[in-house]
Amino acid sequence: MSAPRPPTDPSGLERYYVLTGGRSGPGGSASSLDVATLIVSLTAPVPGMQHEHEEIVRRCRDPLSVAELGAHLGLPFNILAVLLADLLEAGRVDARDPIPAHDAGRGPDLALLEEVLSGLQRL
Amino acid sequence: MDFKGFDHPGRPAGGGTRSVKVMIAGGFGTGKTTMVRSVSDIKPLTTEETLTQASADVDHLIGVADKTETTVSLDFGKISLNESLMLYLFGTPGQERFWFLWNGLFKGALGAVVLVDTRRLASSFRAIEEMERQNVPFVIALNVFPDSKNHPVDEIRDALDISPHTPVVACDARDRDSSRDVLVALIQHLKDRSAVALESR
Repeated sequence: MSAPRPPTDPSGLERYYVLTGGRSGPGGSASSLDVATLIVSLTAPVPGMQHEHEEIVRRCRDPLSVAELGAHLGLPFNILAVLLADLLEAGRVDARDPIPAHDAGRGPDLALLEEVLSGLQRL
Repeated sequence: MDFKGFDHPGRPAGGGTRSVKVMIAGGFGTGKTTMVRSVSDIKPLTTEETLTQASADVDHLIGVADKTETTVSLDFGKISLNESLMLYLFGTPGQERFWFLWNGLFKGALGAVVLVDTRRLASSFRAIEEMERQNVPFVIALNVFPDSKNHPVDEIRDALDISPHTPVVACDARDRDSSRDVLVALIQHLKDRSAVALESR
């Protein structure tokens, strides 16, 4: 028989369960989140916010991708998406999806490609 | 509204910053992470997705467990193209069988670089098939390893069975300029494609 585990920080699945209140996936506006979606705060953190929410709002004063947020906070994409859905719904952050090469029905965006190209050529 | 510390004098909060993404694909050990690392402005990071799903479609696991939990990782980097445009580069997971788990891994990507190790062409077949299936425009980057033979590009194109329109370029994924040139070749390819698309209207 093993000794009872010391009450350390919850980790892994238990931690995620607590963070998300048991929700496994985001709904609404966050369901389309991409790893390259940029998150930008619309408000300052407010007292009483859940720690992770506060952390997101604090880190996204300048736009930060969902992937970077996940890496910095040590959270997998699907858990982070649940937290972001809360913040999007509360109007605390804005989400900007990556610009696709071409939107359905419209041709590829030449101006965008030129912009990317000149950026790369300056490297 | 308390917005202290959120004002950036001279520009609106967050500005109009936008992002684009490019996928770096290829077989295991072809240099995906190396390329992401060599061109990225930031120290490459890893983002993870934990997935729990019924494994009924995984035949060799039948009888082992009803559910599997899998963590798939994406190494990624970022290049600031200008003040308001970020390019994110994502190295695809080494095990292509997990790609489908990434909701829209390739959706919204400008295109992809498929890295090929000419000593082991077959290791990138799956990546090429996947690009074609998902209709993702791509370029082939032959990552030249010190002991790679110098194969004529046409021979490699035949062996990989790719369209004559798909560019094939050689590179050294460890080298920043060389990796940058591969990205330039991809964007140039996208431009050419779009010019063709416009002409055929």
